[in-house]
Parts: sequence; structure tokens; C-alpha cells
Amino acid sequence: MNPHLAVETIGLAKSFGATRAVAGVDLEVRSGTVFGLLGPNGAGKTTIVRMLATLLRPDSGTAWVLGHDLVQDAPLVRRRVSLTGQFASVDEELTGRENLVMIARLHGMPPRPARSRADELLEAFGLADAATRLVKTYSGGMRRRLDIAATIVVTPDLVFLDEPTTGLDPRSRNQVWDIVRALVAGGTTVMLTTQYLEEADRLADRIAIIDRGHKIAEGTAGELKASVGAGALHVRLRQAAQRPEAERLLAAALATEIHLEGDPTALSATVDEGDEERVAHALAELARAGVAVADFALGKPSLDEVFLALTGHPAEPADAQTDTAPPAGGPHDEEAA
Amino acid sequence: MTTTDSTTTSTGSPATAELRVDRLETVLTPTERPVPAGPWTASLVFAWRAILKIKHVPMQLFDVTMFPIMFTVLFTYLFGGAIAGSPREYIQDLLPGILVMTVAMITPYTGMGLNQDIQKGIFDRFRSMPIWGPAALVGALLGDALRYSLAAMITVALGIAIGFRPGGGAVGVLLAVGLLLVFSFSLSWIWTAVGLRMQTPESVMQVSMMILFPLTFASNVFVDPATMPGWVQAFVDVNPITHLTTAARSLAHGIPDTGAIAAVLVASVVLVAVFAPVTMRLYRSER
Repeated sequence: MNPHLAVETIGLAKSFGATRAVAGVDLEVRSGTVFGLLGPNGAGKTTIVRMLATLLRPDSGTAWVLGHDLVQDAPLVRRRVSLTGQFASVDEELTGRENLVMIARLHGMPPRPARSRADELLEAFGLADAATRLVKTYSGGMRRRLDIAATIVVTPDLVFLDEPTTGLDPRSRNQVWDIVRALVAGGTTVMLTTQYLEEADRLADRIAIIDRGHKIAEGTAGELKASVGAGALHVRLRQAAQRPEAERLLAAALATEIHLEGDPTALSATVDEGDEERVAHALAELARAGVAVADFALGKPSLDEVFLALTGHPAEPADAQTDTAPPAGGPHDEEAA
Repeated sequence: MTTTDSTTTSTGSPATAELRVDRLETVLTPTERPVPAGPWTASLVFAWRAILKIKHVPMQLFDVTMFPIMFTVLFTYLFGGAIAGSPREYIQDLLPGILVMTVAMITPYTGMGLNQDIQKGIFDRFRSMPIWGPAALVGALLGDALRYSLAAMITVALGIAIGFRPGGGAVGVLLAVGLLLVFSFSLSWIWTAVGLRMQTPESVMQVSMMILFPLTFASNVFVDPATMPGWVQAFVDVNPITHLTTAARSLAHGIPDTGAIAAVLVASVVLVAVFAPVTMRLYRSER
């Protein structure tokens, strides 16, 4: 057991009947970080989170949460973690304020502090206006915010967010992201599951890719992207007439083949990991030769591509897929789209 | 909410609908962790929740109030003459029975509510909190006791208005209602177990009605079992609803039947002893 870890699991496994939902997963989540579990529907992410939040008992494996044995010390774990489930777990037939007061009272706060804590949270989460309305009249985004507010009525040391932005519009999603960032800034460890690669990329310090009950890869977003190989430099010029010159300059500077795009002003080139300096140099060469660049982008492969490369199937519901995953980390030359 | 005045809604809400990132920091500052609510406080919080729901949607009391009114009026005037010579005569025996039936019929609400909580996901939140497990159930049952009391009050008041004259007076009626509440609380544990097991609130209702209908009708609520065939009588005699009805009648009329009362109390203890542990096992088990 490592004291710097908020979560540590070894061989965590859980089956439902004949289905191995989680088939032996090792995880290490450092305190004060955001850890993302990324995977398609049915990959086992929710089962992992429900086990760590003491809602499910693991079949085998060991797990420590905040230094407590998950199974033997479940009551101690419950005191320090908080879960926001996949479906907004708030009471629709109560008002937003009543929901928060109820949770605060259950945490042991006396009536008056419970009420002021509820008001303070409603204010911060932009729900003050809707405080006395029944939750069933709330929009999806408001519901989700209330849900997260309920999760932090007593600031937990570790928060589990199970697909916190599924089904939300982009604005609500950004608000949830802001909340997650504020949580981490306040010292809380966050473990979130998501199907959205962009979300994991934006929020998580480390990402574990889960597929069919197994952890198939883990690392920072950058590491995961790098593991599947090269990125690409995309350049767009102001004038199409300068493209041949640009092609020549780039080919010389990057020592690689330049690809001419359909757009007569666009070019691209494959760039190896660690070649950023060479790219900078190539762009400087263009400027020196008077080739006007409208914009350029040095793209690493998207997490979508990473996912496809690692699992052999896109990050979509995996049920229809029966083929086995290719060896992890191998480069692939097929674009997903 | 209202769209009649679009100017005020569009200028009024966005300002406060924004997430206050500056405030987030403050509310997220860890404070001293309170000691989680004890079993009793937690149960009371859940009872408060049940009562709030009634407050927000009073219409859900409609069947609780209409059911006893309909039954009392219908049975008294339809069967009163045929069974007991006159409606007035009949209601003296019928009313405690209707009381029992009404309250028994609304006990499945607790199980349905529980099932709804599970489907909606809020149950996961409760289960992952550091509180006494049964509090959510005990609290819901306490809140529902209010429902039962209300139904009982309406039935008794209506009964008195149309000729029910309890020999035991107010004390007798209160004792009868008290015994009824004890039994209903115990009976509800069956439905909490069912509620944890079934897939939908509707199926909870169906299962409970399948049990409750024969249980309440195959009893001495409406008629004297003496005219029933032997095998039905055998069932009626062991049916706890029969004992409860006999006990409620005896208390209401001021001639307590200690045997029946004892039988009801024993049945209540047995129900809790069997179904409370089953419920708790299901509560803790995973789904």
C-alpha cells in the first residue's frame, strides 16, 4: 500500500453470471490528480467505479481506497469518498435546496448549517434561482450540477464521477469540466469514467483505457498518443501559387515526403515524435523565403485513433465487434474516418 | 418555468444560471467533517423526505382518501341491508374492517417508492453514504405512517357521519388505529423486500395486489365466515387480516379481544423478524 495513492487495485475482478465485467484490473491513482477511465459502453468502467465506491463487492483482487482496505473497511471508505452516478442521482420530487439539505443532514450537519451549506452550494453552482423548484423541472445540465453539488456537500477526499457529461450540451459540459478542475484545485482526487476521448484528454492527468473488462493501456494523454506513432504537420498557405515552393522547402527541412492536400493551399507531412524542433525550423524557413502561412497545426494522433489502434475497434459500443485486438502500440495507417 | 414574459426570463435567469467559478473555490474548501447522522436522525431525515413529497404533490393522497370513502359508502349501502338487516347495523361491524382493508391496501407504497429510488439512481447515493443502512427504509415507513393515519382518520370520520357508533369511544378507536399502524408497519417489510427485488414500480404493485386482494377479501372484513365452505374458513381462520379485524372491532367497541390482539402482535413480530432481515440482505446485495 502506497500512501501517495488515493486508489490502488491489484487484480480487481467482478463477474455477473457468466459475464466477466472486470477481469483483473491493476490501477494506481495518485492523490490530488484526475484519473480517467476511458472505454466504450459495457467496457467495465462503471463496475470498477461501483466497486471502489463500495456499492459492489469485488469477486477477487485487492483494493485500497485512501489507505483503507476496500472490503474490510468499507464504512471508513464511505466516510471519505463520494459518488456521482451515471444517472443524476437526485430526488426529482424534491426541490434542489431540499435535496442538498437532506444530504447535508445525512452527513450529520445540524439543520441550520445544513441549510446555509445548501444555499452556498446552490449559489456557486448557478442554481440559486431554481433552488425552490422541483428537480423534475430542471434541465439535464442543472440536474447534473445539482448532482455534483450533492456529491461535495461535505468535501470528499476522493470523488467518483461516472460519465459526468454524457447527454449534456456543450455549455453544460464545459461547466462540469470547470467544476472538476475546481475540485482538483481544492485538493480532491477525482476518478472519472468517460466515453469521450476529448474529455479524458482535457481533464485527466492519467488515463487508463478499458476494453472488455481489461486495462489495455495506461498513461498520460500525450504518452498514449505517442505510443501509436507519428503525428502530422498541417500547413495552409495564403496563396496557392506558393505551394510548390513551400513543398520544396518543407521537404528539405523535414527530410520527408510532403503530401499535397485537395485544398490547393494545403500541405501536410508526417512528423516523428520528438521532431518539434525540426518543425519549428521548417516553418521558419518558409517565413524567411517569403511564403505566407495562413495557419499551421502540429497534430498528434487523436485519442480516437489511439483507441482504434489499441483495441482494433472504434470507441463505440463494442457489442457487435467480435474480432480480437491487435498487439497494442503498433502503428496503423488507416484513418478512422 | 413560465414563458408568458420572455423579457424577464431572459434577463433574469442567465446572470444567476452561470456557474460561479470564483465561488466554487470557497465551497470546495474542505471543512471539518461532521460526524455522520446516527440511525435515528438519519431515519427522521428520510421521514422528512417522504413528507416533503406529499407536500409537493398532494394529489398522491387522492387514492388514499378516495379509496376509504368509496369503500365505506359503497359497501355500507349496497350490502348493509342484505347482510345485517340495515346499513346502520352493518357499518358497526364493517367500519373497523374497512379501516383494516384501506390501510393494508396502501402499504405497498413504501415498496414502490423504494423501487423508484433504485431505478432513478438516488439509492446508490444513499448506499454509498456513511449512514445506517436501514435508515432509508425505516424513514420511508415512518413517513408512510402519516399516510396510513390520514386514511384511517378519513374512514373513521366518514363512518361516524353515516352512523358508526363505536362503543369504545375515542380511546377505543385510537387503540384500534394504533394496532392497525403497528401491523401495517410490519406488513410493509414484505413490500420493501419485493421493492428491492422487482424491476419496476408497476411490478411491485402487481405482486402486492396479487397477495393483498385474497388476503383482505378472504377474511371476516365483509361477512361472517360461518357461511363459507370449510376450506375457505380454514384460510380465513389463519389469515392475520381476520385477527386484525376482530381485534380492531373489539377495541373500537370497547370489548377488547385479547386473543386476537395477541395474535396480531405475534404476526407483526414474525413479519418483521422474517422480512426485515430479507430486506436488509437485498438492500446490501448488489444489483
